[in-house]
Amino acid sequence: MTRERLLTFALLAALLALPFAAQALGYPFYTTLATRMAILALAATGLNIALGLGGLVSFGHAAFFGIGGYAAGIVATHAMNAQPLLGLDIPASMPLVWLLAALSAGLVAAITGAISLRTSGVYFIMITLAFAQMIFYFAISWKAYGGEDGLSIALRNGFPGMNTAVPRDLFMIAFALLLAGLLIFWRVRVSRFGAALHAARQNELRVAAIGIEPFPIRLVAFVVSAMITAVAGAMFAELNRFASPSMLAWPMSGELIVLIILGGTGRLAGPVAGAMLYVMLEYWLGSITERWQFFLGLTLLGVVLFARGGIVGLVAGKARHG
Amino acid sequence: MPTALIIEQLLNGLQLGVMLFLMAAGLTLIFGVMGLINLAHGSLYMVGAFACAAVAAWTGSFWLGLVASLAAAAAAGAIVEVTVIRRLYDRDHLDQVLATFALILVFSEGTRWLFGSFPLYLDIPPALTGAVALPGGVFYPVYRLAIILVGLAVAVGLWLLISRTRLGMRIRAGESDREMIGALGVDIRTLYTVVFALGAALAGLAGALVGALQSVQVGMGEPVLILAFVVIVIGGIGSIKGAFLGALLVGVVDTMGRIFLPQLLAALLGPAPAASLGGALSSMLIYIVMAGILAFRPRGLFAAGA
Amino acid sequence: MADPVLEIRDLAKSFDALKATDGVSLDLRPGEIHALIGPNGAGKTTLMHQISGALRPDSGSIRFLGQDVLPLGIAARARLGLGRTFQVSSLIPEFSALRNVMLAAQARQGSSFRFLRNVMHDRTLLDAAGAALDRVGLTDRASVAAAELSHGERRQLEIAIAIALGARAFLLDEPMAGMGPEGSRTLTAFLDKLRAEAPILLVEHDMDAVFALADRVSVLVYGRIIASGSVAEIRNDPAVREAYLGDGA
Repeated sequence: MTRERLLTFALLAALLALPFAAQALGYPFYTTLATRMAILALAATGLNIALGLGGLVSFGHAAFFGIGGYAAGIVATHAMNAQPLLGLDIPASMPLVWLLAALSAGLVAAITGAISLRTSGVYFIMITLAFAQMIFYFAISWKAYGGEDGLSIALRNGFPGMNTAVPRDLFMIAFALLLAGLLIFWRVRVSRFGAALHAARQNELRVAAIGIEPFPIRLVAFVVSAMITAVAGAMFAELNRFASPSMLAWPMSGELIVLIILGGTGRLAGPVAGAMLYVMLEYWLGSITERWQFFLGLTLLGVVLFARGGIVGLVAGKARHG
Repeated sequence: MPTALIIEQLLNGLQLGVMLFLMAAGLTLIFGVMGLINLAHGSLYMVGAFACAAVAAWTGSFWLGLVASLAAAAAAGAIVEVTVIRRLYDRDHLDQVLATFALILVFSEGTRWLFGSFPLYLDIPPALTGAVALPGGVFYPVYRLAIILVGLAVAVGLWLLISRTRLGMRIRAGESDREMIGALGVDIRTLYTVVFALGAALAGLAGALVGALQSVQVGMGEPVLILAFVVIVIGGIGSIKGAFLGALLVGVVDTMGRIFLPQLLAALLGPAPAASLGGALSSMLIYIVMAGILAFRPRGLFAAGA
Repeated sequence: MADPVLEIRDLAKSFDALKATDGVSLDLRPGEIHALIGPNGAGKTTLMHQISGALRPDSGSIRFLGQDVLPLGIAARARLGLGRTFQVSSLIPEFSALRNVMLAAQARQGSSFRFLRNVMHDRTLLDAAGAALDRVGLTDRASVAAAELSHGERRQLEIAIAIALGARAFLLDEPMAGMGPEGSRTLTAFLDKLRAEAPILLVEHDMDAVFALADRVSVLVYGRIIASGSVAEIRNDPAVREAYLGDGA
């Protein structure tokens, strides 16, 4: 077993153990932290497909995260008020939310991606950022769903066999989704599709010259990436019982990139390591100083300037590719 | 009186446009010369606004505040360039994005530390209060007119600087060929610091000027930064001309759209659906324009080599 | 005579005032090596770019296997069977030699939209790539990252990629460049056999190789073909001698 794989299992085991240890030690709040870690790791795993494998630096994934959040909020609100959505009576069901989140984010990603992917480099970064801002402004001016106030979820959507109001049940659902997300990432990475995507990141002209169009490969990667991040966004809103416009705002996009870089770009365990460290840092710095973002910024600068490769890079060594 | 309204909104659009130009010019220069994408440019805008508000409150003079805003933003830019940015020129865009994102966190939280969480207010200088009558019976605020004039003056000055001066020649050389300016015997490190500080000063000036129209607060820079990105994407990265025309286009389209699109929708769909749709749609308008332009010109209207 | 595989007529391309390609017509027939020679800056690579689809000509036509390929992009032309190597080796640097060739085999098989199976367990790709590497003599270096291969090995790998994608015509842009005499001799012998598989349009500066291999030679100077014929005809053409071979080459 490679060190990277070992590290992945170790991190996942630690994350899984956290809520149980927290319960045993009498710090039930840590279950919420662990859930937050799992959800952010899932969101970053989605982004990692576009950014890590495809080299597509999307600074707009907050849009997909937020779309997921609003899907959860909208379904919960309609179900609560017994108000039909698009003419249908809908149950307050998480799987339905995930489906809606993934489909709507996928649709938005297909449209914005088709435009953004005609460009590359800095243009791509700026355009994805601009489109995310567009979705943000759309959401805050959409009064029917809360506008600038966002959308509260009075009662979490349900999941068969689980009580989503119980923190540990919610954690288990988030953790299972994270595993599913990691599985998708891993399969994509080793598949033919992943080979083409990864190759196009390194040498676009060569990939075209052997007969593979980079554009559709990247577009599909972008859409899949958005869908996974959207499901994470839905869970994030469920956890906080609130679909906030801040989920759609640009700092969230930055945060998702930060998670990946902290952990290690393109690595399976990168987002997991990054999310665990980030949430711990946020919590720990936050308990020491009100100005924790200042020190987070400094830490981040240090990582970018001096510790490239992230945590996984430090532990598992340089990336190897077959 | 629709003509008056149109003129007034056109001027508002122009005013937003020249402000965006001050931001976009620095961004596009920094990208053109150093190949760097700087997310922290909005922070320099904020630094300018805070410096102006603080000095104006302390001395009672808006004009001293304005000088302070230029000095503070240029100094902040130079310091950041020397300590951080300089290490990023050879890195990929991802590292640049991340490091300058980290700088935003440091700047924003640092400013909150120094000035607290409450917004500051900056008064329009007495000499520029009031309104003037324009042809067509429009009364338009003097201060906003002054902003437009300042913006146009900066645009002309920048054009003269780049086309007529030694510094401008070096900047143009740096854009086309980095090795060449080394061969010309130019100290590249100093040139880069100067260009970065110049861009920072323009952002700081914009922040200070807008600070008197809105409140001065942490986080004021980033929405403007993102609009400036839209401007650059439309105009073509690295092109000052593109930044200027793109800025005016975005300023006018955004301002006019917010006023006239809801009215247009109301005429088409009736008042009730227009009220809910109009706001949402007009806030998306410039992004739709951007997408439309990109569909035909993926590298913007005036990209070098397009 | 068999129909040409590749048929170029009156191709023209200008960059501002510079006519990089000025009314070029040439054919590539089944089984032949057609060498394209000319001094630096004659427009050889520009011409290759237009054939492969990286550049769009201003006018003229390019037909490949009877089909007009001008509306097609690089990838579509490659799928039809235009196998191009680059003057400066263009590979997937982080991929091993084997994975570079596997990607070409994958392209040949059609779909890259497969998400489930691990490529490293895909026998069809491994076999096709292994065979192509074997043919160019890179089997020992299969697991080395392309970025770490020697210059000559990268040139060999480029040819293995062109073979694996099932080229119906090879466009080889200076395959001998930077190779030692030993490498050039091996490659010459290899290309000699390769032509039976698919014809080769060969841009090359190594005149020993050109004269040893070519069935026909065309000479490109300032974007124009000034002579075209057999090796003997070209060697004795006064215009060619003056323009190009004059210095005793």
